[in-house]
Amino acid sequence: MRRHLVTVANAAAVFAALVVLWQLILWIFKVPPYMLPSPWAVAKAVVARFPSLLASLAITAEESLGGLIASIVVGVLVALIFAQSRWVRRMLYPYTILLQTVPIIAIAPLILMWIGAGAPAVTFIAFVISLAPVIANTTQGLISVDENLVNLFLMHNASPAQLLFKLRLPHAVPALFVGIRIASGIALIGAITGELYAGSSRVGEGGLGYSILYASTQLQTDYLFALVFAATVLGFSFIFAVMFLEWYFLHRWHESARAPETE
Amino acid sequence: MSAASTVPQVEFAAVTKSYGTGRVVLDAIALTIQKGEFVSIIGPSGCGKSTVLKLISGLTPPTNGTIRIDGMTPRDARETISFIFQDATLLPWRTVRDNVGLGLELERAGSNRRKKTTAALLELVRLQDVAEAYPRELSGGMKMRASIARALATNPRLLLMDEPFAALDEMTRDRMNEELLRLRAEQKWTGVFVTHSVAEAVFLSTRIVVLSPHPGRIHASFQVDLPFPRTALLRELPEFEALVARASHVLREALVQ
Repeated sequence: MRRHLVTVANAAAVFAALVVLWQLILWIFKVPPYMLPSPWAVAKAVVARFPSLLASLAITAEESLGGLIASIVVGVLVALIFAQSRWVRRMLYPYTILLQTVPIIAIAPLILMWIGAGAPAVTFIAFVISLAPVIANTTQGLISVDENLVNLFLMHNASPAQLLFKLRLPHAVPALFVGIRIASGIALIGAITGELYAGSSRVGEGGLGYSILYASTQLQTDYLFALVFAATVLGFSFIFAVMFLEWYFLHRWHESARAPETE
Repeated sequence: MSAASTVPQVEFAAVTKSYGTGRVVLDAIALTIQKGEFVSIIGPSGCGKSTVLKLISGLTPPTNGTIRIDGMTPRDARETISFIFQDATLLPWRTVRDNVGLGLELERAGSNRRKKTTAALLELVRLQDVAEAYPRELSGGMKMRASIARALATNPRLLLMDEPFAALDEMTRDRMNEELLRLRAEQKWTGVFVTHSVAEAVFLSTRIVVLSPHPGRIHASFQVDLPFPRTALLRELPEFEALVARASHVLREALVQ
């Protein structure tokens, strides 16, 4: 517990130092506020426009979470297919790499054309961009089972279903969580990027990415900073939520999920 | 004596095993193991010791020759065989109790029988106090005991062991050997044990089979005429040391060949 407090205190100290540095830069270089607003102006913007900030945050949270859940479901299903045989993996694995390397910015207009502007398109973009890490990690987890464990199951005449549900799937859970942790960050990036293109079907209502774009055209730089800050908070919440779930499901048996102070 | 009891537990007739490109691992193996024997297979690395166990269990088929387990094919006999691997191979996400019950669960035994058998075996290997612990909380010796309990839970007639104590320190290993003999006295199974350690083989076995490498052939086979029950004191007797010396000598011969 003490260690956690120290970590939090350290992070807070760094944050305070950054705010001071930010203010110093404003004073020394006399930056105009529309280029770089003061920390105080950003804080004021957060308070003054809290309802709309929260609304944007909620939209982005919903879209990225939707995309993330879709990639977990689809990713695990695809991994189950990949785990069946080496041939299937050889044939299909290049396409998951393709999924990772296609620049999402390049296909965003296409998705916009297919689905139309709005939350569904953004959710889809978040899904596409966060799918590959789930597939890759889960597949690895499913196929890296110790050969002797498989032999043990075979010695007891285990059915294919027993092999899957009592051996391969539980074995893959730690790797799945690694995949989800990576995917959660990417899904958020995907959602915000998607919103820059297809953020809203109605003017003035949209997620963080849409509102950032809107604020920049209006030169509301203080609000833009508030939105970026909100996006950061959302990203942190995702990572912490995944880490908590990981700890909750794995701490009893898996080394990686042990709390640091018990070691 | 009835006809059934004269059927050997394990019978290899001219068994050859080669892998892929024709690398011969085992060549013309003829081996008969009677019910109630405890046979250790020793030999230098690359002599195919572990492959013998894989063939008996039906995890891999022979290239040539026939194998009969209690008169059946290895696949058909599987229900009567348990396998203990070099690592404890426990499922880390299951408690010790659920690990011990795994075999019965996979074979769809009723939950009542499963509970009773699991509890009895936990007591037998003296793990009842850590039944609800997870494997990572156990020492190497305790993990191995859980692995043995799991193997015995399905009430096997034939127990195959592939260097089960190789990863343990010497003191733990000696204790596990004594424990294994105690379990064998209580439950009547036939044992086939693969090991690198000559002393371990002598201590446990009624018979030792020595393999020579490249390709694996049976070099020698001799009885270990030491009385049961065997205790830790046995290791200090001159008869024991003489047998270890003899086995080591035969093993060196096998290597030179």
